Amino acid sequence: MAEREERRFAEVSRDSVKLMAESAGVEVGDEVAALLAEDVCYRLREAAQNSSQFMRHAKRRKLTVEDFNRALRWSNVEAVCGYGAQDALPFRPAKEGELFFVEDRDVNLVNLALATNIPNGCAETMVRVHVSYLDGKGNLEPQGTVPSAVQSLSEDLLKYYQQITRAILGEDPHLMKVALLDLQTNSKIAALLPYFVYVISGVKSVSHDLEQLNRLLHMVKSLVQNPYLYLGSYVRSLVSSVMYCILEPLAASINPLNDHWTLRDYAALLLSHIFWTHGDLVSGLYHQILLSLQKVLSDPVRPLCSHYGAVVGLHALGWKAVERVLYPHLPAYWANLQAVLDDYSVSNAQVKADGHKVYGAILVAVERLLKMKALSLSKPAEGGVGGQQGTAGGVLGFRESSPGLSPPPEPLSEAGLGIASHLQAGGAGCPWEDWTPVPLPAMYCELYSFFGDSLAVRFSTGPELEGCLPALPCQPADARKETVANAAAGLDNSRKMPQLTANLNISPRPDGSPHTEPPPPSLAKVAGSNPDPPRLQRRSSSSRPGQRSAGPSRDVFPKARFPPPQAGPPSFSFLIGGRQMGRRCQGRRFQTSFGPQPPLASLPPRAYAHKLPVIGRVSKPVRRWTCSHYSLHLPL
Amino acid sequence: MAAVQDGQVESDAEKETKPDASNDVAGNSSGGARSMSPNAASSASGAAKAAAPTGPGEQQTLLAVLQFLKRSKLLESVDILRREAGLSDELDESQTNDGAAAGSGAGSQGEGSVDAASLLRRVSVGGAAATNIAATTTSKGAEDQPDVSIVLSAYSQQGDPALYQVYYSGLKNFIESVLDCHRAELSQLFYPLFVHMYLELVYNNHEHEAKVFFEKFSGDQECYYRDDLRVLSGLTKKEHMKGNETLLDFRTSKFVLRISRDSYQLLKRHLQERQNNQIWLIIQEHLYIDIFDGMPRSKSQIDSMSGSLAGEARREANKAKVYYGLLKEPEIEVPLDDEDDEAENEEGKPKKKKPKKDNLGSKNKKQDPNAPQQNRIPLPELKDSDKLDKIMSMKEATKKIRLGPDTLPSICFYTFLNAYQGLTSVDVTDDSSLIAGGFADSTVRVWSVTPKKLRKVKSAADLNLIDKEADDVLERIMDEKTASESKILYGHSGPVYGISFSPDRNYLLSSSEDGTVRLWSLQTFTCLVGYKGHNYPVWDTQFSPYGYYFVSGGHDRIARLWATDHYQPLRMFAGHLADITCTHFHPNSNYVATGSADRTVRLWDVLNGNCVRIFSGHKGPIHSLAFSPNGKYVASGATDGRVLLWDIGHGLMIGELKGHTDTVYALKFSRDGEILASGSMDGTVRLWDALKAFDVETDDFTAATGHIHLPDNSQELLLGTYMTKSTPVIHLHFTRRNLLLAAGGYNSQ
Repeated sequence: MAEREERRFAEVSRDSVKLMAESAGVEVGDEVAALLAEDVCYRLREAAQNSSQFMRHAKRRKLTVEDFNRALRWSNVEAVCGYGAQDALPFRPAKEGELFFVEDRDVNLVNLALATNIPNGCAETMVRVHVSYLDGKGNLEPQGTVPSAVQSLSEDLLKYYQQITRAILGEDPHLMKVALLDLQTNSKIAALLPYFVYVISGVKSVSHDLEQLNRLLHMVKSLVQNPYLYLGSYVRSLVSSVMYCILEPLAASINPLNDHWTLRDYAALLLSHIFWTHGDLVSGLYHQILLSLQKVLSDPVRPLCSHYGAVVGLHALGWKAVERVLYPHLPAYWANLQAVLDDYSVSNAQVKADGHKVYGAILVAVERLLKMKALSLSKPAEGGVGGQQGTAGGVLGFRESSPGLSPPPEPLSEAGLGIASHLQAGGAGCPWEDWTPVPLPAMYCELYSFFGDSLAVRFSTGPELEGCLPALPCQPADARKETVANAAAGLDNSRKMPQLTANLNISPRPDGSPHTEPPPPSLAKVAGSNPDPPRLQRRSSSSRPGQRSAGPSRDVFPKARFPPPQAGPPSFSFLIGGRQMGRRCQGRRFQTSFGPQPPLASLPPRAYAHKLPVIGRVSKPVRRWTCSHYSLHLPL
Repeated sequence: MAAVQDGQVESDAEKETKPDASNDVAGNSSGGARSMSPNAASSASGAAKAAAPTGPGEQQTLLAVLQFLKRSKLLESVDILRREAGLSDELDESQTNDGAAAGSGAGSQGEGSVDAASLLRRVSVGGAAATNIAATTTSKGAEDQPDVSIVLSAYSQQGDPALYQVYYSGLKNFIESVLDCHRAELSQLFYPLFVHMYLELVYNNHEHEAKVFFEKFSGDQECYYRDDLRVLSGLTKKEHMKGNETLLDFRTSKFVLRISRDSYQLLKRHLQERQNNQIWLIIQEHLYIDIFDGMPRSKSQIDSMSGSLAGEARREANKAKVYYGLLKEPEIEVPLDDEDDEAENEEGKPKKKKPKKDNLGSKNKKQDPNAPQQNRIPLPELKDSDKLDKIMSMKEATKKIRLGPDTLPSICFYTFLNAYQGLTSVDVTDDSSLIAGGFADSTVRVWSVTPKKLRKVKSAADLNLIDKEADDVLERIMDEKTASESKILYGHSGPVYGISFSPDRNYLLSSSEDGTVRLWSLQTFTCLVGYKGHNYPVWDTQFSPYGYYFVSGGHDRIARLWATDHYQPLRMFAGHLADITCTHFHPNSNYVATGSADRTVRLWDVLNGNCVRIFSGHKGPIHSLAFSPNGKYVASGATDGRVLLWDIGHGLMIGELKGHTDTVYALKFSRDGEILASGSMDGTVRLWDALKAFDVETDDFTAATGHIHLPDNSQELLLGTYMTKSTPVIHLHFTRRNLLLAAGGYNSQ
């Protein structure tokens, strides 16, 4: 009759009425059936309307069978039993005829009764309170996630937590290893993260016990490497714990027999690791770190071991950090150090030994600074191409010097410069605003004046670079070209220079990072961004040809930086993750290497570099190096 | 004509203080109707309240009443009624031809009322309570014959069904052609006319015409009538109309329109010119046009007030004086003050407190001119423990944070976890030490949210053993073995929709779908009383702020006022046209507000049971109410997500808070009334600047005419929106220090 009506309501057809009547043994005529059908529809609607009341008062949005039954019961109609389950009831069509029915499977009561996997009873209903908003603002927890109260610690988790902490802080080294490994791979410990972070923050109370400190640092490393954990703002807390190990004059260092130097080195490595993998979780972290390192370095009252920590920290953060913080400080600092080193009195012996440690650390840091600087500066001489290569060399050099680390630090120092400029109190060194890169020759000359021949001696161990660097002051242009060539040709050589940085190479477990293992991808990237075909072929035999095509589009579409599909079957997700990681950073390096160039050229990349953290935040898991399968989820 | 008759008698009874007999009659007939169909009864009485006994139709009604009384052999009442109405015997006689002798005589009635009177003498309650008792003894004679057909018989006079469309579109054309200023007012006619014409068509079995009519004109109606239209559209047969509550409402209550005199004259002239009898008849029969002098109202003014099931409230309905002021706080006696000072001494600054206390005292001594008399309704005496609690509360209050737009409260959220049974209601004690939840699985659970565990009182045998003279006897009577964080109360047989703590924390009330309200002891954690009377789901219940009394309301459309020590209600507040969805006590305990699915809020006087305010303007069922702490204002939240603010004294809407996207289930004012918090199904808590919202000047003109101009300033008033984690907010509570507590059940789906 009225089509609109029919569309708006469920209708019971007169055939259905007839069928029902038949099954009840009554014969009804067409007319009666039609009347009945209409009445049934009306009653159904009425019941539905009434049932919605029960839904509203139960403060639900979903109408349940229960609601409908209540409505029926109150209108003196027998309730429909057997449909009380919360799950949806799928209708299935029958083969013959247009018949639909709710699937009703038989339940084998015997099996059910004898089943061994008895489900746990429902958890008890309880009330949990949490402060959601303080003074009407601020949200203490991220919104939209599962309420933390819901995942409040279960019995099992609590047990796990106790076992793990006991194992890590306990005596058995084997057990500790297992525990750390599990911490690194377990996907279900998100709820425990705050507890672990709290445990780690206990470093301050065990500063007398190197062993414990070491274990805690290992715990940090495991947490950081766990791909399933979102560290969020806990990064800050972790960083402060690690910084404590790097910078503080630990109680353990009073005894000269304690090797707290190794601890500091390891902590420095860890710091840079945390920063490069999770640095974007907390804004301004890099500059906070730099500032605190700088503060320690410029504070002559601090003991030498703290200074040492600051130097290795800077070194671990990359050569740019060294250039910006350590190098400007060096003249001032040198006087103090010199005084210590020149004091030959017996009482000073211990301090002097420490001084030598610092001296060594500075030397190593400065030396890499020079090397990297040379490589990066060689770029202007040969244009963009050279720049790329220089950076590429930088990558390798860095990589090798700190195997546990992921990508090199240059990009962010560039990106965050603006932020830091106001953070900087304009204290020691030179303010960030008017910081201009010191030309390499000048830098070398100055450093030479400090270290004298020891600088040159160190460089002599790298056979390819040996000639060029000392020669730089007199013939910079040629030298640069040469450097490039050397860098290009002698990549393998430069990778063979661990002795240079032995001091920093003490990553206790070289197994840690996947980045130690695939240098080829990083090479490939260099090649990819390098428009020069012959070189590309030569240098990166392992690179995939598909990348060349991807190269040009990179500046414009940052997200297109993924390896093209043929790069490898997705099943090797591990590889993809690693590459991608490298690639992304390659992108940054690519940007920053333009830094010193005229603003016109550097503007777009700079903008991109600013955006990077944002992108990174959206696709958080990508940052986790081992979290390869997550990386596939990144919107391409 | 049973339903109409009842109402009439009742309204008579209300107007004049009648002798007992007539009270009995009122009780008798309304009770009979109630047990047969509660909806019919309530709507009938609602209609009766609205109808004033003038005009020729009224005489018919009176005659019918007489007839009914005679049939029930209530001869005394017949005489009284006849005398009062001034009806002649002949008239009466001519009408009465089938005075069927019903079973139960006047004698049994008399007994019933005597019983009732003796039972309730202590309560000193008038007819309302007696009616209920009487109801139980009513003869069942009237029950078998549904009165619906009689009610609907008003639709029997009909014109040509084919012409209905012509009539309607004629009027539509006319209204659309009048001046703008009149058009908005006259447009109000569309909806009631449409509904009544449609029903007439359906009633007279013109199914096809009805359908065509509906389809042609249903699109013209205001969107806020959508829900009603949906119900209407489903209804196409005369048979369906029987027992359909909505229809009874349309029929029995006159739809109230407010129209300026000019507009009304226009309409009248038009209808007379066109000889449009059909429409004129409907207007006379089913509409109540409240004519006022002055400027016609604008569209927005009309829209803000309309939307309820029975149109706007009549102006005179909101004219009664309401004593909205607060009661004087009882003065705390000297020994207690000493105690207070001692406490201050412990804190080490005894001097500072003194002047402040005096200040408080003097403030209390001033009698609010708008406050009711202290003993207007009898309130329970304060016990020592209550006084102690008062002191605690005052102490806390001195540490209270003064809230404002710049200092918003912190919010704590109580999440009910693993509430698979379905959390349906929550309440928190005033001192925020206990929280209780009502669940769909018929249980009530009480949690202690302080470290103090919940303990039962020892069994009688053990109680005999304790030293009753000991100082800590209150501590000794508790059974330490039963200490636990939560207790479950079993007793209901349906979802628990309403829950309320007594102010002294000794009792808990729960109302359920099973039609009962239960009183639980929080000392023994057992059920003390089951209050039966509603017979249909009870949607909400609440304790009076002074304890002892409580109010309940539910599907039967009658709100009941109870006292904890009486198993029968003391008052029955009838008048709502649909389910009562929420009930709330005024802070001075002299009034009760009820929100209903008929989209009105009504304010009832506890003393005499009168409806003193009708607030219309909501466009959906009302699910939450809150009085401002000073008693001057009431806020109401509905399924449409809007919160409306009402000035009780003037009986006006004074604000509209838009922002929520789903039903507002919780409303609460901060302790000083600066902030209004609203919690909704949409999973947000919103804070509103109540002071600013109430800062509207009500000039005499507005107060007199009731024409309001609502500023559209929701966005300015909104101080913050706070998301929960996919948890609907179903309760809000400000602690004594103005920390906001919200509660809801986490829903993982």
